Amino acid sequence: MRYSARKSVMAVALMATAGMAQAADVEVLHWWTSGGEAAALNVLKDDLAGQGIGWNDMPVAGGGGESAMTVLRARVTAGDAPTAVQMLGFDILDWAAEGALANLDAVAAEEGWDAVVPAALQAFAKYDGHWISAPVNVHSTNWVWANKAVLDDLGIAQPQGWDEFVAAMQAVKDSGKTALAHGGQAWQDATMFDGVVLSVGGVDFYRKAFIDLDPEALGSEQMVEAFNRMETLRSFVDDNFSGRDWNLASAMVINGEAAFQIMGDWAKGEFLNAGKTPGEDFLCFRVPGSAGAVSFNSDQFAMFAVSSADAQAAQGEMARSIMSPAFQSAFNVVKGSVPARTDVPNDAFDACGKQGMADLAAASDSGTLVGSMAHGHANPAAIKNAIYDVVTAHFNGEYDAATAAEELVTAVELAQ
Amino acid sequence: MTRQGETDFRTRLQHWLPKVVLSPSLAMVLVFVYGFILFTIYLSFTDSRILPSYGWVGLENYSKLWRLSHWTTSLTNLGIYAFLYITICTALGLALAIFLDQKIRGEGALRPIYLYPMALSFIVTGTAWKWFLDPGIGIEHTMHLWGWESFRFGWIKDRDFAIYTLVIAAVWQTSGFVMAMFLAGLRGIDSEIMKAAQIDGASNFNLYRRIVIPLLRPAFLSAFVILAHLAIKSYDLVIALTGGGPGRATELPATFMYSYTFTRNQMGIGASSAVIMLMTIAAIMVPYLYAELRERK
Amino acid sequence: MMSAAQTQSVRTGHVTRMFIYLFLLLSALFYLLPFFIMLTNSVKPLGEITGGNMMSLPEVFTLEPWKAAWSSAQVGVEPTGLRPYFWNSIRMVVPAVFISTILGALNGYVLTKWRFRFDTILFGLMLFSCFIPFQIVLIPMARILGILGLAGSTYGLILVHVVYGIGFSTLYFRNYYAAFPTELVRAAQIDGARFFQIFRRIMLPSSGPIIVVCVIWQFTNIWNDFLFGASFASGSGAPMTVALNNLVQSSTGVKEYNVHFAGAILAALPTLLVYIVAGRYFVRGLMAGSVKG
Repeated sequence: MRYSARKSVMAVALMATAGMAQAADVEVLHWWTSGGEAAALNVLKDDLAGQGIGWNDMPVAGGGGESAMTVLRARVTAGDAPTAVQMLGFDILDWAAEGALANLDAVAAEEGWDAVVPAALQAFAKYDGHWISAPVNVHSTNWVWANKAVLDDLGIAQPQGWDEFVAAMQAVKDSGKTALAHGGQAWQDATMFDGVVLSVGGVDFYRKAFIDLDPEALGSEQMVEAFNRMETLRSFVDDNFSGRDWNLASAMVINGEAAFQIMGDWAKGEFLNAGKTPGEDFLCFRVPGSAGAVSFNSDQFAMFAVSSADAQAAQGEMARSIMSPAFQSAFNVVKGSVPARTDVPNDAFDACGKQGMADLAAASDSGTLVGSMAHGHANPAAIKNAIYDVVTAHFNGEYDAATAAEELVTAVELAQ
Repeated sequence: MTRQGETDFRTRLQHWLPKVVLSPSLAMVLVFVYGFILFTIYLSFTDSRILPSYGWVGLENYSKLWRLSHWTTSLTNLGIYAFLYITICTALGLALAIFLDQKIRGEGALRPIYLYPMALSFIVTGTAWKWFLDPGIGIEHTMHLWGWESFRFGWIKDRDFAIYTLVIAAVWQTSGFVMAMFLAGLRGIDSEIMKAAQIDGASNFNLYRRIVIPLLRPAFLSAFVILAHLAIKSYDLVIALTGGGPGRATELPATFMYSYTFTRNQMGIGASSAVIMLMTIAAIMVPYLYAELRERK
Repeated sequence: MMSAAQTQSVRTGHVTRMFIYLFLLLSALFYLLPFFIMLTNSVKPLGEITGGNMMSLPEVFTLEPWKAAWSSAQVGVEPTGLRPYFWNSIRMVVPAVFISTILGALNGYVLTKWRFRFDTILFGLMLFSCFIPFQIVLIPMARILGILGLAGSTYGLILVHVVYGIGFSTLYFRNYYAAFPTELVRAAQIDGARFFQIFRRIMLPSSGPIIVVCVIWQFTNIWNDFLFGASFASGSGAPMTVALNNLVQSSTGVKEYNVHFAGAILAALPTLLVYIVAGRYFVRGLMAGSVKG
């Protein structure tokens, strides 16, 4: 690792952890505080307890991890970094670049992570060729959730392409229901944008625009078309969408007030919690036009550098437990996501979960697994948020599609 | 040591004691406030991203800052928001205080009702407000259920009006506190002055306009300072109520600064926006403090 | 000190009085509305809320959300409810309020009764510290706490709150003591009373109202702080607002709004209590002190 980058951070982190390391405990900073999430984490905690490793819980919820990242900065600056921190995408690489993360190569080699973790995921779990974090799950964002009864009543089949999707939404709208349940928050707008961009230009265009940040792709006709499609979606959203929490939008689909919602697979939990069965009460399918591609985001536990041998051992055990097939299965069944390794048996998963696992494996093999822009797996936080600014401003009617594409080029340039 | 020396020491100690007592507070303020302000100013000239780093970039952060439409929006928003918030809070607080001062039955019950919002944090009252203002489930919906079909109140969903919903919620939180300050001011006014004015035949309206309100000047000034600093620091409210939306229509400098410093990993730009905020605060506060403190010398 | 007697001399007619009562009552409704929403939704089953009845009275009345919020809701890996964090907050708030009030009183005493050159400028410097946005102090503060070895401890949090409470507490006491007759202090000095004796025997006994104001203000601000609590406390030592935030802000899980509201009211109970019990003295204290400002 490039420890030379920011020696001071490293030194402070070492000092503090040396001072307070108690035999073998792990301190875990995370934002999984809802019932289901915590139940999933408890599997890990119990696993570690079985090996005599204690768990100091440090939960900070808010803003999809934003509050936790702020707290992490304070903790690292104070020289009191937690042992393991839940993190997403580029944040992991940023901290690795600061030289603050530990090296997990030994455990990774013993357990053979290289062979079972999809390469696209490894890009965020390794820095300079060394393992620095243990991926817990893979969520994907280009999903549509649909109320089956609403579709059946109107005689609508599961839409196969974009045009069919638009026709289906039109039919729902004509029937007086809300076609698309959506919450107008920047990250939700961006989540839809992930799927829409994939549906317009496929994986190659998505890569060029969001990962390579190619100004030509960002300002291209295809991008204008993507914004046009966002406008189409906008016309199927009800008047009160602005500021709505995503789970209230899910509730609209569950109640049959609305037909569709475009949202990541964590939405499944809401449906299951309401007593609905996948395939019977609700459908899950890829955003029409984006089938075959999977835009993912993955929660990982990044391991911060600790100095004492005991603490390192505990950290290694924690990483090992996280990556064990049993934990991956148990956790992801509860969480709605799919395992971060492709060799986990799918017996325990429901229909949507099985499909998600199959899609992930297929996309990983065919090179169509791409990081989600909306969830910080395509580009760093500054650029992600700059894209948010444009997408959400356009979705709320501030720009037309052509202006939005131009603004996107400028915004990305300014954020670099 | 002689008795004489001891006395000397004691006298000198007594002489120095006031300054000794003051010094810990002063030292803390110098380090934790002014030291940190200097640090922030320094950061605003560096290439800091995820953590402070010390590569000098000159004014680059400031030039980037002013090229961001997002920043100018948030400044405009602050102008609108601060003006309305301070004006309405002061007016409502004053009205409540004057009315409450008219030997009102149940004053003891009313006063805590006006005051209690100050005790709650917006982490959760934000959700209640959000629901209340949401046309689909809140007041508009309720009015429709009650038969007033044409009632419309969808400001929170409207780019051009959402900023006013922030004002409503902010006024709700602090106007009670302003009321308490004015009430205290009113109760401190010598009733002889009022009696004299009434004997001269002044109407109630004129009595308040000509005599009482001018006497409340110190309360107005204190209220202004407290409200101005709350307006500039407003953060929780925006996050809880609109999250800066619809779009970026209700972003304020405080949310801008937090987002650039901590979520966008552009600490340099965040620091430069903080410096501008601090300069704004200083521009308001220093003349005020100067006038107030000089007067009392 | 001064009495809180009402302004005696204003006479109002019947119509005006009707209008005044109407205005006051309507305002009271406006202030109570959000609390009403919180309260009614905290006693409904979750299905009723997500089913769309957010503004209406509960059809089924239940206290389960309250029990859950207090003792079994998920705020971390363990379903502990808010209970353990309540005591963390108390342990942090009580010393922090106590220390910052004492410091404020001493500063106010020095700045008004033991004046020296540049004391006004020093006061101005302290006062301006009220206005520093907390977000900018986070990183440097973390560094200093780390150096002092106070990171992740309640002592660190107390220090932070004392530091940023000094501005306001000094302001309150200075303005209050400015109106206190300096002759009494001088007379006591001539009688041989020393610095602390005067403070304890003469100043403190008459500081009741302003102590109330200062305590209310500090208590509310410190109790409701989230940013410092989340950043500078250890996980199990976190104050209640952090736990409440964890309860309310879970991102990709099911949102139990009824439990959230019950938790919010529970978390606010101490401050609400302080306002209701001490509200009367609050106005009196403001009247005697800060408004002269």
